[in-house]
Amino acid sequence: MADLSVTIAGVPFKNPVIPASGTFGNGREYEKFYPLSKLGGISVKGMTLHGQPGNPPPRVAETPAGMLNSVGLQNPGVDHFIEEELPNLMTKDTVVIANVAGHTLEDCAEIARRLDSTPVHMLELNISCPNVKQGGAAFGTSCENAAAVTAAVRKATKKPLMVKLSPNVTSITDIAKAVEAAGADAVSLINTLLGMRIDIRTRRPILKNNVGGLSGPAVFPVALRMVWQVANAVSIPVVGMGGIASWQDAVEMMLAGASAVQVGAAIFSDPYAPVKIIDGLNQYLDEQGIEHISELTGGVRPW
Amino acid sequence: MSYRQGLYPLLKKENLAKNIYSFTILCPQIAEEAVCGQFVHVKAQGFSLRRPISLCGIDKQNGTIRIVFEIRGEGTKVIAGLREGELVDILGPLGNGFTLLSPDKKAIVVGGGIGVPPMLQTAAHYGENATAIIGFRSANAAILERDFKTLGCDTRLCTDDGTMGQKGFVTQALETRLNQPADIIYACGPGPMLKGVVALAKQHGIKCEVSLEERMGCGVGACLVCACKTVKDGQEYMKHVCKDGPVFDSGEVVFE
Ligand SMILES: Cc1cc2nc3c(=O)[nH]c(=O)nc-3n(C[C@H](O)[C@H](O)[C@H](O)COP(=O)(O)OP(=O)(O)OC[C@H]3O[C@@H](n4cnc5c(N)ncnc54)[C@H](O)[C@@H]3O)c2cc1C
Ligand SMILES: Cc1cc2nc3c(=O)[nH]c(=O)nc-3n(C[C@H](O)[C@H](O)[C@H](O)COP(=O)(O)O)c2cc1C
Ligand code: FES
Repeated sequence: MADLSVTIAGVPFKNPVIPASGTFGNGREYEKFYPLSKLGGISVKGMTLHGQPGNPPPRVAETPAGMLNSVGLQNPGVDHFIEEELPNLMTKDTVVIANVAGHTLEDCAEIARRLDSTPVHMLELNISCPNVKQGGAAFGTSCENAAAVTAAVRKATKKPLMVKLSPNVTSITDIAKAVEAAGADAVSLINTLLGMRIDIRTRRPILKNNVGGLSGPAVFPVALRMVWQVANAVSIPVVGMGGIASWQDAVEMMLAGASAVQVGAAIFSDPYAPVKIIDGLNQYLDEQGIEHISELTGGVRPW
Repeated sequence: MSYRQGLYPLLKKENLAKNIYSFTILCPQIAEEAVCGQFVHVKAQGFSLRRPISLCGIDKQNGTIRIVFEIRGEGTKVIAGLREGELVDILGPLGNGFTLLSPDKKAIVVGGGIGVPPMLQTAAHYGENATAIIGFRSANAAILERDFKTLGCDTRLCTDDGTMGQKGFVTQALETRLNQPADIIYACGPGPMLKGVVALAKQHGIKCEVSLEERMGCGVGACLVCACKTVKDGQEYMKHVCKDGPVFDSGEVVFE
């Protein structure tokens, strides 16, 4: 058996496979399929300072090899997470990553401050959610804002800090470098790509929010390219995601430079996807005679 | 409660009407846990999202479930293309079922179009004490009438165009039926129909439960895409059709 463990921002993961924020809730539902301890970690649903109801439905539209969502960060707020979800999650023997999504810089810092005194293992600062009108994408699309919010959160917590990047930008490498300089311990990418579908009979967008975030296999090549570019531009670890549906995709993502991967939309069609990816990685490493999975990271041999 | 996901053999496939299919699927664990009103999430090969389909029948003895669905788009077309003996990728049983009273109570099930199938297993609980009011656009879309009659239900079929049964909407037939007492009403169908049924139930002070639809992702309550607006004590809440429903008390539902 190969060694699947990885360390990111000082946090040890037993394997590099993590369900992506917003696709796995707080794990309660999927615990009915398999023990959460099988997973490297869990990135929980994004949390805002106060709860918010999210966008009106429909919030999902199918697309070729993917889907759009416009959930709009529906969540009951950071305090609810700390009181109602975290204690239970901390008993599951897996890394718990709190996904932080404030509307303002001060909100983000305040959420981080509240999480700082909890046992949560790591923060993932979402500066990239495209579904909320203020904040969200606005932070993620300019280097100055991305750096400022990262610095503010960095000051508010000693927890390992990963910053989740938006692909809806001109240069994702510039943003990555900016958040690295501002104190991020790791970056994760990509969040969803902004997209749209229209019902040709009613001439209405399928999503009530008109636009939403694209994820699933359709975005994989874009995500892979961005992870590769970012991994070459920064020296902090990169967690790769976007369209990963199989262990082969996970291997590609790691070869492009990811130290670990997150799996999102694939879980909707196959709830066992993360577990199958872990099993597949194990087998692949054994077959290839690779002792440690981190040997894959950045192993692509570009022309 | 636990969820199952797996590949289960399609034992029997029937074409009930144009573009409407009935599947009997062997999946003993799902059949064992399922209750009427719940649904299963069916994979259409080549599509990224599963398709939610209500349980039309649950046979615990034979370990089978029955689903009846209409081809609406590409995904249901692919599912309808499966042949007997092939495997169906199913996740379930999902959601909450209908509240069942003791079988000697008087129940009314109201179904419109493809909302009729989930009513069958519910009617089975009450047998002769159930009135089944089922409505279709036209005679060529009518399904399951014989199944309700076999259960002993007082079956009242309506078509919009009068080509079969009574001419008119199910709400008219329900109004007539409510001249006699009833203990509970169950309904599934298009929004305007549900709105009419709920109004009648309220007017007569009869408990009523409805089964709602919304576009879904995970089907288990994790992704929050299947939100619907509900109201309790004057307060509006976002609930989720897959986990909090698909069955809701009529008093909670907000019709847009
Ligand atoms: C709880 C529940 C129970 C249902 N039970 C039945 C049933 O017993 N029989 C039956 O024929 N139909 C039922 N439906 C509706 C059925 O899910 C849709 O007709 C089906 O998903 C359409 O898929 P498609 O690929 O043919 O259409 P497309 O339009 O190609 O589908 C595109 C996307 O939209 C979604 N979608 C489209 N229409 C609906 C809808 N009305 N409800 C939910 N999602 C939709 C699809 O799932 C898919 O993700 C139920 C829906 C829900 C929510
Ligand atoms: C329904 C849904 C909800 C999401 N919610 C969040 C969220 O709250 N916070 C966040 O950082 N990303 C969120 N995402 C983005 C995912 O975490 C991930 O970055 C993206 O879906 C790409 O991965 P995938 O193609 O494997 O799904 C959400 C995605 C989906 C599909
Ligand atoms: S479909 Fe995911 S929460 Fe209902």
